[in-house]
Amino acid sequence: MSERKYLAGEFFLSGDDACAEGAISAGCCFFAGYPITPATEIAERMAERLPEVGGNYIQMEDELGSMAAVLGASWGGVKAMTATSGPGFSLMMENIGLGIITETPCVVVNIQRAGPSTGLPTLTGQGDMMQARWGSHGVYSIIALSPSSPQELYDLTIKAFNLSEKYRLPVLVMSEAATGHMYEKVVIPLPGEIELVPRRKPTVPTSDYLPFKPDPDLVPPMANAGEGYHLHVSGLTHDERGYPAMTAEAQDRLVRRLVDKIEQNKAEIIELEEDGIRGAEVVVCTYGISARVSQIAVERARGEGIRVGMLRLVTVWPFPDDRIRDIAREVKAFVVPEINYGQIALEVERCACGRAEVVLVPHMGGGVHAPETILAAIRRAVR
Amino acid sequence: MGEVGLKKHPLDDYLRVERVPHIWCPGCGLGLMVNCFLRALVKSRLDLDKVVVVSGIGCTGRGAGYINLDSFHTTHGRAIPFATGLKVANPELTVVVISGDGDLVAIGGNHLIHAARRSIDLTVLCVNNFIYGMTGGQLGPTTPLTARTTTSLRGNSDEPLNVPYLAAASGAAYVARWTTAHVRRLEKAVTEALLKKGFSLVEIISPCPTYYGRMNKQGTGLEQMKYYRDNSVIKSGLDPKQVAIEFNGQIIVGKFIDLG
Repeated sequence: MSERKYLAGEFFLSGDDACAEGAISAGCCFFAGYPITPATEIAERMAERLPEVGGNYIQMEDELGSMAAVLGASWGGVKAMTATSGPGFSLMMENIGLGIITETPCVVVNIQRAGPSTGLPTLTGQGDMMQARWGSHGVYSIIALSPSSPQELYDLTIKAFNLSEKYRLPVLVMSEAATGHMYEKVVIPLPGEIELVPRRKPTVPTSDYLPFKPDPDLVPPMANAGEGYHLHVSGLTHDERGYPAMTAEAQDRLVRRLVDKIEQNKAEIIELEEDGIRGAEVVVCTYGISARVSQIAVERARGEGIRVGMLRLVTVWPFPDDRIRDIAREVKAFVVPEINYGQIALEVERCACGRAEVVLVPHMGGGVHAPETILAAIRRAVR
Repeated sequence: MGEVGLKKHPLDDYLRVERVPHIWCPGCGLGLMVNCFLRALVKSRLDLDKVVVVSGIGCTGRGAGYINLDSFHTTHGRAIPFATGLKVANPELTVVVISGDGDLVAIGGNHLIHAARRSIDLTVLCVNNFIYGMTGGQLGPTTPLTARTTTSLRGNSDEPLNVPYLAAASGAAYVARWTTAHVRRLEKAVTEALLKKGFSLVEIISPCPTYYGRMNKQGTGLEQMKYYRDNSVIKSGLDPKQVAIEFNGQIIVGKFIDLG
């Protein structure tokens, strides 16, 4: 058995490996998964690394079971995750919904490939962004992060665990094959230098504890199974005791809170990276691997004298409505390059509300945009 | 009701009495199942703070909600993988899955097979009423050939699964079948299953007078119980391959697998 536990220092890692190391740094002790290209390397590294830190890897029979096991493990008191790609992400939707209604902290990583269906298993895509938002049935809000580099796959996996514990829900890390399989320098801090959010535990006596009674920020403290609370946790609409409550009133109370605990804490959740937006005529709104390509296009456009800014969505969901609305008042147009036929562009359009034009630069998947394609869109947008 | 209504049942401490009355129909076997489980729990002397019940969806799936332990009512078919995560995350817990045949053998059948294959230390109580009760009496994975349901009005033409054989073939360490008429033997089997290291499954044949009984002219819950009493044959140790259930045939019960 290897002596290594927590790595620290500079490493040359793939995005998938960096994601796994981020999970280890975050204190993840459980991974349930099923092999799927291009996310398999995360499972492989977790299978190797978890026993070194006292955790467990379990290979499930499918992604339905993987997601269910992750929820079970979280209630068993450990930080838990899974990683998959499109077809597996579709199967996980069922129990992501259970994670939402039972307020179960966990992390789901989607290394996107091109779809629909089996599509292009080894090649990149960003076609699951709307599925991330709406893929499970019913009414809810979600948190999804979009890393642009192996370093960010490390950093944002830690952030995803922190957000999941803080707001008690499955948090999605929406990356792509291009980033997952990219090798770059990844800096891993010493364990003491990483900020980790612990699970919020009940402070009242066992007999007074109501498992779904929220604190003022709308998030309830969480007891784990085996701690003597005799919890009831159900996928049915429930009251503060966790008991099924089959009325429109109970539904309103619960579901409104599940949405509001995200929407009312947006300012704290949303992370954006902005560059040269003040005074810009056009802003490229981008995320994930597309931001890397956009960066080249933006620099070339600036070389041509075009006043172009860049807004990178590190947090994709909840969507930064207010910021897009503000920018829409100042610019002529948004350019939105995506490896799909327009998903986040629809959100930008919704928030721009006709005040600024929204130019979608679609790519059906299998590769990333050529910078020239984005540059051409920027040129057209300022014309 | 008078004084009778005020008396405390000896198992009240193990129930969420504030949730009674339950949703189950008169004559349903699920109350007996819960009773046997709770008696087995007492007998097992397990630390009740460390016993967790996980259910899927359906009539039996509501079981978790009435039992005063840590209890999880999950998604349809996924009780076993959820329970697997719980057990792996905290091996101190005794994790019991209580769900129906539709939940565990049809939509969740793959998880049942693989949990048994993995020998994960779970106790599964599979209540088999031969039909989907919660949705109003449709054909299930255990519905006997020729039996009538709302989706097999002309008689079921699909071969049913033999649950003990499936569990045994997949690698279960303990497999038994009893009916809700065998309360003492069922209690004993559940106790053994709770204390068994490895994957254990007890199939519990249970009456559904509202749907299965009515559609197949088997009468009230009580009459179905009498049928179990008169037509069950105890054959412990029998090869589970030979315990398939035929329509209106005898029901072979007993402990079929108990690996040392």
